[in-house]
Amino acid sequence: MEWGLREELRDCLVAAAPYGGPIALLRNCARREKSPGARPLLDTFSASGLLLASIPWKSGQVVQLGWTASEDLLCIQEDGTVLIYNLFCEFKRHFSMGNEVLQNHVLEAKVFHTEYGTGVAILTGAHRFSLATNIDDLKLRRMPEVPGLQKPPSCWAVLSQDRVTIVLLAVGQDLYLLDNTSCSVVTPPGMSPSAGAYLQMAVSFNYRCLALFTDTGYIWMGLATLKEKLCEFNSSIRSPPKQMVWCMRPRSRQRAVVMAWDRQLMVVGNSTECIQFVLDEDSYLVPELDGVRILSRTSHEFLHEIPEASQEIFKIASMAPGALLLEAQKEYEKESQKADEYLREIKDQKLLPEAVSQCIEAAGYEHEPETQKSLLRAASFGKCFIDKFPPESFVRMCQDLRVLNAIRDYQIGIPLTFTQYKRLTIEVLLDRLVLRRLYPLAIRICEYLRLSEIQGVSRILAHWACYKVQQKDKSDEEVAYAINQKLGDTPGISYSEIAARAYDCGRPELAIKLLEYEPRSGEQVPLLLKMKRSKLALSKAIESGDTDLVYTVVLHLKNELNRGTFFMTLQNQPVALSLYRQFCKHQERETLKDLYNQDDNHQELGNFHVHSSYSEKRIEGRVGALQNAVDEYYKAKNEFAAKATEDQIKLLRLQRHLQEDFDKPYLDLSLHDTVSTLILDGHHKKAEQLYRDFKIPDKRWVREGSSGCTGVPASRGAQ
Amino acid sequence: MASTARRDVPEPPDFGILKRLARDQLIYLLEQLPGRKDLFIEADLMSPLDRIANVSILKHEVDKLYKVESRPALSTSDQLCFLVRPRVKTMKYIADIVNADKMSGRSRKYKIIFSPQKFYACEMVLEEEGVFGDVTCDEWSFYLLPLDEDIISMELPEFFRDYFLEGDHRWINSVARALQLLNSLYGPFSRAYGIGRCAKMCYELWRELEEESEGDSQGRKPEIGNIFLMDRDTDYVTALCSQMVYEGLVDDTFRIKCGSVDFGPEVTSSDKSIKVLLNAQDKVFSQIRNEHFSSVFGFLSQKSRNLQAQYDRRRGMDIKQMKNFVSQELKGLKQEHRLLSLHIGACESIMKKKTKQDFQEMIKAEHSLLEGFDIRESTSFIEEHIDRQVSPIESLRLMCLLSITENGLNPKDYRSLKTQYLQSYGPEHLLTFHNLKRIGLLTEQAAGETLTAVENRVSKLVTDRAAGKITDAFNSLARKSNFRAISKKLGLIPRLDGEYDLKMPRDMAYVFSGAYTPLSCKIIEQVLERRGWQGLEEVLRLLNGTEFSEAGAAEASPGRDSQRTVLAVFLGGCTCSEMAALRFLGRERGCRFIFLTTAVTSSGRLMEAMAETRA
Repeated sequence: MEWGLREELRDCLVAAAPYGGPIALLRNCARREKSPGARPLLDTFSASGLLLASIPWKSGQVVQLGWTASEDLLCIQEDGTVLIYNLFCEFKRHFSMGNEVLQNHVLEAKVFHTEYGTGVAILTGAHRFSLATNIDDLKLRRMPEVPGLQKPPSCWAVLSQDRVTIVLLAVGQDLYLLDNTSCSVVTPPGMSPSAGAYLQMAVSFNYRCLALFTDTGYIWMGLATLKEKLCEFNSSIRSPPKQMVWCMRPRSRQRAVVMAWDRQLMVVGNSTECIQFVLDEDSYLVPELDGVRILSRTSHEFLHEIPEASQEIFKIASMAPGALLLEAQKEYEKESQKADEYLREIKDQKLLPEAVSQCIEAAGYEHEPETQKSLLRAASFGKCFIDKFPPESFVRMCQDLRVLNAIRDYQIGIPLTFTQYKRLTIEVLLDRLVLRRLYPLAIRICEYLRLSEIQGVSRILAHWACYKVQQKDKSDEEVAYAINQKLGDTPGISYSEIAARAYDCGRPELAIKLLEYEPRSGEQVPLLLKMKRSKLALSKAIESGDTDLVYTVVLHLKNELNRGTFFMTLQNQPVALSLYRQFCKHQERETLKDLYNQDDNHQELGNFHVHSSYSEKRIEGRVGALQNAVDEYYKAKNEFAAKATEDQIKLLRLQRHLQEDFDKPYLDLSLHDTVSTLILDGHHKKAEQLYRDFKIPDKRWVREGSSGCTGVPASRGAQ
Repeated sequence: MASTARRDVPEPPDFGILKRLARDQLIYLLEQLPGRKDLFIEADLMSPLDRIANVSILKHEVDKLYKVESRPALSTSDQLCFLVRPRVKTMKYIADIVNADKMSGRSRKYKIIFSPQKFYACEMVLEEEGVFGDVTCDEWSFYLLPLDEDIISMELPEFFRDYFLEGDHRWINSVARALQLLNSLYGPFSRAYGIGRCAKMCYELWRELEEESEGDSQGRKPEIGNIFLMDRDTDYVTALCSQMVYEGLVDDTFRIKCGSVDFGPEVTSSDKSIKVLLNAQDKVFSQIRNEHFSSVFGFLSQKSRNLQAQYDRRRGMDIKQMKNFVSQELKGLKQEHRLLSLHIGACESIMKKKTKQDFQEMIKAEHSLLEGFDIRESTSFIEEHIDRQVSPIESLRLMCLLSITENGLNPKDYRSLKTQYLQSYGPEHLLTFHNLKRIGLLTEQAAGETLTAVENRVSKLVTDRAAGKITDAFNSLARKSNFRAISKKLGLIPRLDGEYDLKMPRDMAYVFSGAYTPLSCKIIEQVLERRGWQGLEEVLRLLNGTEFSEAGAAEASPGRDSQRTVLAVFLGGCTCSEMAALRFLGRERGCRFIFLTTAVTSSGRLMEAMAETRA
C-alpha cells in the first residue's frame, strides 16, 4: 500500500467501495476528547493507497462512512445529516434522515446496495430503525418498534428479500425481523439451543446467505430467508469477531465465512476444519462479489475460493486436460518430444476443446501477467490441433485481460477480478475511469475495444471537457481553445452540453465561446435563453431556420422583456417579426395594433382598422373603424387609400339611406352595382347624384346607363 | 408533336412508395389511439387523403368521419381524433370542442395529428386556450402527394401567401424535409441548382438535415440526378398569362383539385356532375393535356373517328372473333369512349366561355403587354374589362400583368385603375391592393432609377446566408421586375417568320400560342444547358435573384438515366403551362422532368391568395 498511514486502522473510520473501489478514511475521529487544533482529516485513496484527495473535516460528528454504487462518498453524521462527496472530496449535496433521527441521534448506521440503488439504514438513540432504500430518490421509512427493546441490539443487518428491504436484529438470544409493518421473532432452523446470545451477524454480497455468531463461539450459516441451515461450526472463541463477512463465488457450492479478530483471521465453511491466518497488523475486510479484500496499513490482499478451472490446472499432479495442455506447451517450448505425448493423451480422451477452454478460463482468474500469458499460450497451442475452434472466447479473453491488467496497475488502482469485471460491464468501468479523471486511459480502452464513438470516445471527451471547464485557473480563451482542439467535430459531441456545464460553473463567457463551436445552431438556443442572452438566442434561432425555435424564443422574450423592448427587439428581426405577426393575426389582434403603433406604421394601422370594420355588424361600428383607418392613412401620407376609404364611408352611409328609402338591400354593393340598381329601379335622380358625388368617369357613366336601362334620358343628360 | 421527340427520355421513377409510406404511417398513428373513435378531417386534407387511402382503410379504426368546419361537432364517441393542418384557426376549433366538453363535465380522449408537421405556434394556442394538457399530439409526415407519374405536390397552397406576402418562413422546414425524403428514396441528387432566397434557404436547410442524419446514401442507384429549385417570385409573368394548353385551360375553367376535376352538367350533358381523375392513366387526356387548345379539337375528332373504326371492326367478325372482341377490347373501348365524350364536352364548354368573354381580344391584349407595344390600348382594354365587371379576379390579373411587364404602372394609371376597380367591384379590395403592392405584383413606377441602383447593390451584398434571411425587409421595397430587359436578353418573345405552327411546335413558346416563352422554363433550360449560371450574370442581375449551383460528391456520367432526370421544385406553385412547356423541353432534349410543387397553381389562385376581403 502506498498510503503510508501513521495511524492504526482501528483509530480511523474506514469505508471501502466494492468492485475494487476507493477507500475513505476519517482520521482522528475516534479521539472523542476534543483536542483543539486536531481536526479530523477526511482522505480518499485508490485501492492501491494512492491519495486522491484530503480535506479537513469541518462538519459534525461522523458516525459512518460509506460509498454509493456510483462511487460517491456518504458521510453519515450523528444528527442524521448525510453529506455526499465525490471521489475527490468535493461536496455534492446533503440530505437529512428526518426529524426523529435529528432528535435521537444516530447510534449506528449502515450503507447497503440493492437493485434500487444505494440505501442508508440508521439505528437511532431511541432504538428505532430508519431506512432510505435509494438516496437518489429519497423516501424515508421508519421501521416499526421492537417490543421491549431497552438497550441497543447486539448486532443487526439489512436484508433484501423479494425486493423488500428488511432489518434483522439480535437482542440477546432473540432474533427479530423488522419489515415495513411488523416485527416478528424468528428462530433459525437447526440452531442448537445452547448456542447462547448472538454477537455478530453477516449477510452475503448477494443477500442470499446469513451467518450468525454467538457468545459460545458457535457459528450458524444458512440462507437469509432463515428457512434452511447450510452448516455450522464451533470456533470456541468467545469474543465477538471485529468483522465477519461471507467469502463465496457466484454459483459456487463452497460457501465460507471469514472472521477477523485483532490478530487472527479464520475461514470456516462446510467442514469440520477451519483455516486460520495470523494477521500481522490491523486489518479491514471488504466483502466482494467473489471473495474478500483484506486491507491493512501495508498490504491489500484478496482472499477467494480458487475457481474450479484454476484448481484443475494447478492442483498438484492434476491430470485434468487443462493441466496436461499447459504441460504439453511447456515441453513444446523446451523442444521436447514429451509435448506430443501429453497432447496425444488429451486428444485420445477427445478433451482437447475442453482443455483449451479450461486454459482460457483459468487465465482470466490469474493476476500475474506471466501466468496469464503461459495459460493463454497453452490455449493458443492447443487451438492449433482443433478444427474450427471458435476464436471469439480466446480473443475476448486476451482483450479483457489487457484491460484488466491496465486498470490493476497501482497507478490506476482498480483491482478488479475477472468475475467482477464481467458483472460490472465495460460501460460502468469506463464511467469509473472517467470519475477518477483517467480520461486518456478510458479513451485508450475505447479505441482498443473498438467501441462505437458515440458510446465510447465522444462520451469520454465530453466528460473531459465538462471537467476542463471547471478549471478556474485557465482563461476562457485557453479552455475553449483546448476543448475545441481535442474535440474537433467528433460525432456525438454536444458542445451545448459542455457549454451548459460551463455556465453552471459560473463561466457564462466561456459558455458562449463554446457554443460558437456548436454546429447546430438550434442546439445553442435553449442555453442562450437560460443565460438570458435572448437576443443572441433569437438570431441563432433564426439562423437555424427552425421556425418553432424562433417561436420559442419569441415567447420567452415576450415574458421576459417589457412590451416596448420586446417590440423593439422584434423590429430588428424581420423573420421573427413576421412570425409573431402571423400568430397575432389569428390569436391576439390587439397586440398587432400595438406592434404597428410602436413602429409608427400608419399604413398597417389603417389596414388593421379596415380589417376590423369587417367584423363590425352595425353600420356605425363600421363607419367608426373606417374613420380610424382614414386618419391613419392620412398619417401614412397614403392619400389614395384615405380617399378610397372616405368614399367607402360615404357609400355606406348613402346605401343605408337608400335601403331605408326604397326598402331594398343596397348595403355592400359596389358603387357600380349601386348605380345600376338605382337606374334599373328607375331612380335616375339618385343615380345622377352618385355620379356627381363620386366623380364617376364619363365613359363608365355611359355604359352604366346603356346596360342599366335602354335609352335612359338621365344618362344622355349626363353627357 | 411526337415527331421531334427523342426516344430515350427516361421513365419517371415509381412514386407509389410515397403513397404507401404515408398510408402506413397514418394507419399506425390511428392505431396509437386504440378503440373506436371519431375522426375529424381538415377540409383541405380530404382530397389528398382520398388519393392515398380509401375510406375502408380508415373505417376499420374509425366510427364516423367529420369535416373540421366552423360548426360545432355532434360526435358522441369517447375518443376524438383530429387530422389537421397546423393552423391557428383549427387549433381554436379543437380547443372550443375540448372546452365545451369540460364545461359539460364530459371526459374524452383527444388526439391531434398534424400534417405534415406540428408547429410550436399551435401548441402555444392550445396552451393559451388551456387545453394543452388534455390533448395528445402527433405528426403525420405526409409531405408529398404524387398527383401523377411526374407531378408531386405538397398540397400547401398557403405556402405562396405565407412566404411571399407575410414573410413567414415556417414552411421552409417542410420543404427541406420533403427534399430529404425524396433524396433518400430517389437520390442522392448529384447536382443542385436554384434561384431565389427561399430556394436557397430550403436547399441549405435540407443540406443541414442531411448532414445531421448521416443516412448512408452511398451505393444506392440514384433515380433522380438533378434538382432545380425556383421561387415563384422569380417569374410571376408566366403564372399570370392566360393558359392555352388543354390541361391549363381545364384548370382555369373547372379548377383541377388534387389531380381530379368535377365536370358539371354542362360538360357531361346529363344532370349530374362526374369526377374525373386527370393523369397519365387517362389515355385520352394524356395525349391532349400538353397540346395547344387549337389543336385539341382536331385531335379529338380524329380520335373519335379511330374509335368508331375500331367499333366498326365488329362487322364482318365471326362468332369467335366477336367473343374475343367483347371480352378483351370492348371494355377498353367503352372506357375510352366515355372519356372522349367527356373531354369533348369540356372543350365545348371552354369554347363557349372563351368566346363569351371576348377571349381573342383579351389574348391580344396580353400578347401586346408581353411584347411591350400598344400599352395605351391594352390599358384601355383593362379599364373596359373592369367597367364591364367581367370578373374581379381576371381584371386584377390583367392589372398585375400590366404592372409587372411595365415595371410598375405610371402614377396616373395606378390611381385611376385602382379607383375604377374599387368602384366597380367594391371597396373592400383596398387591402388586396395593399397586398399586391407589398408582394410587388401591382406597383407604382418609381420616380427615378436611383433607388433601383441602391437596391441592386444591397441585394448583391445580401447574398450571404444570415443576411439573406432578411428577405422580408426588402419585400416592402417592392422589387422591380425588369421583365422587358430580361425578355430581350433571353429572347422570350419568338421572332415570327410566318405563322407559328401550333400543331408542330418548335419551342416552349407554343404553350402561349407562340407569343411568349415562359421565363421560368427558359431559365431552367439555360441553366441545365450550361450546367450552371455562367453566362447568365446579366439576367441574374435583372432578376435580383440569389442563385446557387452545387455539385454533389457523386458526379455521375451524364449518359446515365438519373442524370437526365431533373426534379424541378417550384416554391410557391407551378402552373400547368409550365409543366407542359418543360415536358416539351424534356422530349426535345431527351430528359425527364419531375415536378415538385408546393401546390399546382394558376393565375386565379395567385390572385385569390392576395385577396383580403371579408371571410
